[in-house]
Amino acid sequence: MSAELAMPAAEEKKEFWRWQENTWIEEGMDWRDAKVITCGIDVGSVSSQAVIVCDGVLYGYNSMRTGNNSPDSATNALKGILDKSGMKLEDIHYVVGTGYGRVNVPFAHKAVTEIACHARGANYMGGSKVRTILDMGGQDCKAIHCDERGKVTNFLMNDKCAAGTGRGMEVIADLMQIPIANLGPRSFDVETEPEAVSSICVVFAKSEALGLLKAGYTKNMVIAAYCQAMAERVVSLLERIGVEEGFFITGGIAKNPGVVKRIERLLGIQAVETKIDSQIAGALGAALFGYTLMQKQAAKG
Amino acid sequence: MITAGIDMGSRSIKVVLLEEIKVDGAPQLKYAVKKAHVMLPGEMDADEAAEKAYDEALKAAGVTRDDIKAVFVTGAGRSQVKFATEGVTEMTAGARGANYMFPQVRTVVDVGAEEGRGVKVDADGKAIDFAGNEKCAAGAGSFAEAMSRALQMSLKEFGEASLRSDKTIPMNAQCTVFAESEVVSLIHASTPSQDIAKAVLDAVASRICAMVRRVGIEESVALIGGMAHSVGFVASLKKALDVQDVLLPEMPESISALGCALIAAERQQ
Amino acid sequence: MIANYGYKDGSGEYYISIDTDNCIDCAAGRACLTACPKEMFEIITDDYDDEVACVKKNFTRTLAFDCADCKPAGGYTTLPCISACTPGAIKHSW
Repeated sequence: MSAELAMPAAEEKKEFWRWQENTWIEEGMDWRDAKVITCGIDVGSVSSQAVIVCDGVLYGYNSMRTGNNSPDSATNALKGILDKSGMKLEDIHYVVGTGYGRVNVPFAHKAVTEIACHARGANYMGGSKVRTILDMGGQDCKAIHCDERGKVTNFLMNDKCAAGTGRGMEVIADLMQIPIANLGPRSFDVETEPEAVSSICVVFAKSEALGLLKAGYTKNMVIAAYCQAMAERVVSLLERIGVEEGFFITGGIAKNPGVVKRIERLLGIQAVETKIDSQIAGALGAALFGYTLMQKQAAKG
Repeated sequence: MITAGIDMGSRSIKVVLLEEIKVDGAPQLKYAVKKAHVMLPGEMDADEAAEKAYDEALKAAGVTRDDIKAVFVTGAGRSQVKFATEGVTEMTAGARGANYMFPQVRTVVDVGAEEGRGVKVDADGKAIDFAGNEKCAAGAGSFAEAMSRALQMSLKEFGEASLRSDKTIPMNAQCTVFAESEVVSLIHASTPSQDIAKAVLDAVASRICAMVRRVGIEESVALIGGMAHSVGFVASLKKALDVQDVLLPEMPESISALGCALIAAERQQ
Repeated sequence: MIANYGYKDGSGEYYISIDTDNCIDCAAGRACLTACPKEMFEIITDDYDDEVACVKKNFTRTLAFDCADCKPAGGYTTLPCISACTPGAIKHSW
């Protein structure tokens, strides 16, 4: 390999894998009316979210890319929502940290695993019918089965291998030089659906993708083949915990119809739709955990 | 008699032309390498590249296709070589080649660009058992290559740098894709590059070692495949396997091609 | 709750699953903690405040290698962790 391919040059070129950061608050609500304000902070490997819940109802969130260290990422994520709502940290009664950096959230009262938080968040977003949850995060993939209250009954998490994670998708976006948000739509812009890329390993799938381009595949076909491989991969993880109706997808990949539609096709089940940004499920679940704890404390007196 | 062995690796194509010789007083020496040739196929198709590599080797040796008695082929892309007489597995070829170089060898560790494996070999150079991983890049040379690229070093420099380190930094990531980010954060944390190099090569060695352990580690141990060129990897592997010595053949990347040519010659007898 | 620790990669599927319902109030005196030669298990308080066994985080990405010594190739016919867990909470997927 020549020096031209070295990493620093990669920072100067366009970042095709970069996705949108955003902040949102429910304009029709005033947090000052709330009795209990809880906050959930999800510091993931790639993105961090802060969610504010007022009396058990979603009020607002902020989602951004995780920085160099977990405490700063948590602080910045929270700052985004505080600034937008005019709230102060002191106004929040309870903070729960989750995600891979959960133990490093400086102002958190408690840390809860992202598995439990995602189940709880999905239960809120998709309703009590949600049973099977797939979370495709930046550096891991979780398959969760839960009961009608959002309590986890079976789970697995794969954080060993990049296949089936957001990172795997970013690699292909970069390879194809196509913004990550366009991958899904482009994967359907093909005349015939190609076979899935055969390699599970992202590194090998990358060489395979290059080989397909060389063999005359269009970029869209390669993306389709890759999305299909990704779908097959996560379906195999889901099958381990058992798939039931009430299927909910959280995490960044939920925004990629190229993978989601193919998963639905393989499972023969439609994912439950939600208007709420799927990336906040973990932080939302954390905030709801905080709300339940506050209620329990209040009941005890 | 001249035979040819071709190893269609995932990264490069290796061709070995073997000639039958007679040396008075040394009856055990029956063959000599007439020409060893390595070619990077680049953008070429596998079958086209194989033709080219083969022709280049023949030309360099000053012979023609008619002079070659048999062409045996091995490697991941062996089915693509249409002009080959026969195909043999990578295990068989590697075992035979390593045995030819070092008759005392009982364990062959083969680490190429995309595959790593351990092969148990008997006294005749036959592969008796093997354990390998060809479906995950973490236990192969491409892992080290990707990391060396992050440090803007060649794989050779990377290996040399690792020898200068006496630190043991464990790598958390098991996956090449994740390890790349881990290495980048180590670079950001101003970790000396030799320490990063050692961490990476130790990680590959420990994975390879776990695999070799499945077939059992019996001395002598030989290392073949392109990663044998990395002095740092050899040191890490020696330590991981906990053996006195790891035998290193000349032209380690061509040992499987050599094994192929040997098997081709022996089948002609 | 069934907690699956491990991973699936190109080479195969490697999970140790723990049925926490059979693990709470362990009837085997937490024998798994000492049965595993690598001491891979630990007791945690999970998100629902139950005290249960789990596989330590530093092993979950390397199970295929870590458990190799206890598998048939290592001379075992039954796995020490599974034999020790008389309530039957521990299972291996491979």
